[in-house]
Amino acid sequence: MTPSLEAVGLTKRFGSFTALDHLNLKVEGAKCVGFLGPNGAGKTTTLKMFTDLIFPTEGQAFINGVCVQTDRKQALSTCGDLIESPEIYPALTPREAFEMSGALRGMRPEEIRARTAIVLDEVKMTEWANQKVGRFSKGMKQRVNIAAALLSDPDVVILDEPSTGLDPRGMAEVRSIVRGLKNENRLIFMSSHILSEVVDVCDEVALLDRGKLLFADRLAKVADRLGGGVRGIEAEFTSPIDDAVVAEKVQPLPGVVSWSRESPTRLTLQVKGGLPEQSRLLSQLAGLGLGLVSFRESRSALEEVYLREISVGDA
Amino acid sequence: MSAIPVPVPTEGGAAGGDGTLGQVPSTFQQVLLLSRYQFRDYLRSRRFILMMAIVAATGAILTAVVAYFRPSSLLDNANDFYGGLWAGGATFLILFAGIIFGGDAIAGEFQNKTGYFLMGLPVRRATVYAGKYLAVLLASLVSILVYLAIIMGNGTYYLGVGAFSDLGPLAASIALAILYLLALMGFVFLFSSMFKTSVYAVLVVAVLFLFGFSIVQTVVLDLAHIEPWFMLSYANGVIGYPLSGVPAHIQHVRNPFTRVTATAYNPTYLEGIGVMLGYWIGTTFAGLFFFEREEFT
Repeated sequence: MTPSLEAVGLTKRFGSFTALDHLNLKVEGAKCVGFLGPNGAGKTTTLKMFTDLIFPTEGQAFINGVCVQTDRKQALSTCGDLIESPEIYPALTPREAFEMSGALRGMRPEEIRARTAIVLDEVKMTEWANQKVGRFSKGMKQRVNIAAALLSDPDVVILDEPSTGLDPRGMAEVRSIVRGLKNENRLIFMSSHILSEVVDVCDEVALLDRGKLLFADRLAKVADRLGGGVRGIEAEFTSPIDDAVVAEKVQPLPGVVSWSRESPTRLTLQVKGGLPEQSRLLSQLAGLGLGLVSFRESRSALEEVYLREISVGDA
Repeated sequence: MSAIPVPVPTEGGAAGGDGTLGQVPSTFQQVLLLSRYQFRDYLRSRRFILMMAIVAATGAILTAVVAYFRPSSLLDNANDFYGGLWAGGATFLILFAGIIFGGDAIAGEFQNKTGYFLMGLPVRRATVYAGKYLAVLLASLVSILVYLAIIMGNGTYYLGVGAFSDLGPLAASIALAILYLLALMGFVFLFSSMFKTSVYAVLVVAVLFLFGFSIVQTVVLDLAHIEPWFMLSYANGVIGYPLSGVPAHIQHVRNPFTRVTATAYNPTYLEGIGVMLGYWIGTTFAGLFFFEREEFT
């Protein structure tokens, strides 16, 4: 069976406020989908309806074709989730909490033991397996929660900002874990407002703003949405460069629309075109003999699209 | 991935069909599983230590009082002994157990976010409710049984084998105490399901049972001059009947100082058991009704 998540006309209103407005979205297959949007966009509201924590005003959510609202037990049986940093009963150890959740899912005791060892190792919490969760730091709890979501080796994993509350090392480890999950036959649906995280681990993105889906596409195709738009490129040099030199040598290069100075050694070039044009420009800049040491987009394509789409929404 | 309108599914959704769905335990099995781990959590919690301290203090005070005064009215036979020590103490301890273990049973799932962990599992809300109900019942019963052991220990010391000569009335009183515990827990779970903040739930239940019901009962009795049969705190009076005997349903008591005759009521067995059963069933299902509709916002 191909793992899938589907929202059909999913709507949530809190009084007169519409948190989610007729979301129609279907994601399926073994991949990682980033669910993006600014704070208050409706990401967590959507995920909560997928896990039956809140109820839709209209519409339905499906996991692997099973309606969450009419049969939560069956729908959630093939899904692991992490919504809003949950708490495990403080007097239980991770091992006991996993025994409970595994047993409730119908896993056999030996299966629970084996999977517990694997997932705790994956989140680097093995040595804490028999300590009470109540003594853990927020970051440690989040690791255990991620492990809990993966315990049953589910087809579908729903993660709500999984790196929340983690230190930079923890965030990097979570990304690594999610990347590792992608190698298996699993659909990962992960909300985030950290664009670099999404770029790092996701194959597809869905952008939500003010309860409305703005677009959903493959990450590789997001840059196409910019069309022939102008992109910012940061170029750094070993030594300061005069404005006159920039005007004479850099400005005339093909694709360069304009430039601005960030520091004596760093320029931001507004460049028209996609990756081929950038590649050509890089070669030409390096060939000028100005001591080019760094050449990168000032913002990722996703960031550009994100900001553009959100600002369109604001307007 | 598509962001376009998709076909509207049939009622109930499509079948899962990967062969793993049937492995999820039955609702009944899940209730037992959940209650086991919840009970384990209670046994290790500070609240259990607090409850045991209350039980120990109550038992110690009664033991000391009996040892010091040696009231002949209690030491004649087992029924008098248990009637004097068991019923009142058990009612008091059941109230504390209900508040301590049950007050935040449901509200705590929202406030402490443990519900986000539980409700992400393939379990029905009713399963969570029943599992927690069973765990609170077990934890409360453990407390009550410890108190019973203290009382019976005292009985053995003072009455010897006579303490075990006729345990039928004590067993009947224990059964009524358990019915009262169930009714109280239903009430506590109802309030716990109505609030998302544990403190509010615990406070409302505590204030209601420690003061509110007593005040309402007094008002009903003294001002309205009617029998407060509908009050749970009135109905629980039957707990001691198997041991002390059934008092007159209506008693007229003349105050020697004010020379005013007041009417006192005692619940009949039928009233007491009926009202406790009614509270148990009514409030338990009302609590489930609220929990089924409460959102984890």
